[in-house]
Amino acid sequence: MNENTFTYEPRGQVLVIHLPKELDHHNCRNLRYETDLLLAENYITKIIFDFSRTEFMDSSGIGVLLNRYKQMAGSGGSVALYGAGAQVRRILYVGGLARLVPCFDTKEAALTC
Amino acid sequence: MEKRQEAGAEEGTETFQMEMDSLSRNEEFARVVVAVFMSRLNPTLEEMDDVKTAVSEAVTNAIIHGYRKKPGKVYITCSISGRELTVTVRDEGVGIDNLKKAMEPMYTTDKTGERSGMGFSFMEAFMDRLEVESCPGKGTTVRMKKRIGG
Repeated sequence: MNENTFTYEPRGQVLVIHLPKELDHHNCRNLRYETDLLLAENYITKIIFDFSRTEFMDSSGIGVLLNRYKQMAGSGGSVALYGAGAQVRRILYVGGLARLVPCFDTKEAALTC
Repeated sequence: MEKRQEAGAEEGTETFQMEMDSLSRNEEFARVVVAVFMSRLNPTLEEMDDVKTAVSEAVTNAIIHGYRKKPGKVYITCSISGRELTVTVRDEGVGIDNLKKAMEPMYTTDKTGERSGMGFSFMEAFMDRLEVESCPGKGTTVRMKKRIGG
């Protein structure tokens, strides 16, 4: 598994997106296109972001997460995340995303919320 | 160990410069190089992450907005003076017409909705000082300072 790409794990109506090690502008380039495709082809009511491999995120990461949040909120769905380390948590907090998206320690907790 | 001043270096100041193509794959390279340079100040992990984030924001801005993803050069200069780290990121791109507006939180010229508009806010949040000079048609210079180790 390439550590600099997104991997998608559909689980019924839930889509788990495993994020890359470095979530910056360069690595975010394909996310919109790929998720739009998946959301068009599958009935998804919840997106869960997996940060457990992610060591770095900047405002580009906030941009794409915020857009997915708006997309899901617009269709009555929800977004959650898990596995965020110290750097990512700081960015989520400063970027205001921590107020919008519930953060969990484990995938199980995120799936059952 | 004897403390020695390298030839050519100004008293107590160490500098580092690099020039790179305005390619998005260089964003990671740039922030890692700056982090390695600042490591001689024995920063905490948090200080290192803060600087990496700020550098990533400035370099991404140069590539996306300065050069509008067209080929160009991004110039990065770092200097350490005492406990203070200064990072300058310069481009010779299109420049910013309305700097005040560009620096407003959440403001973005991006139409795709994928950009948060938080670049300058992040630079301000994670560094102690931020100065931006921009000249439309000539380019933008971002200068950031951070004191390392309290």
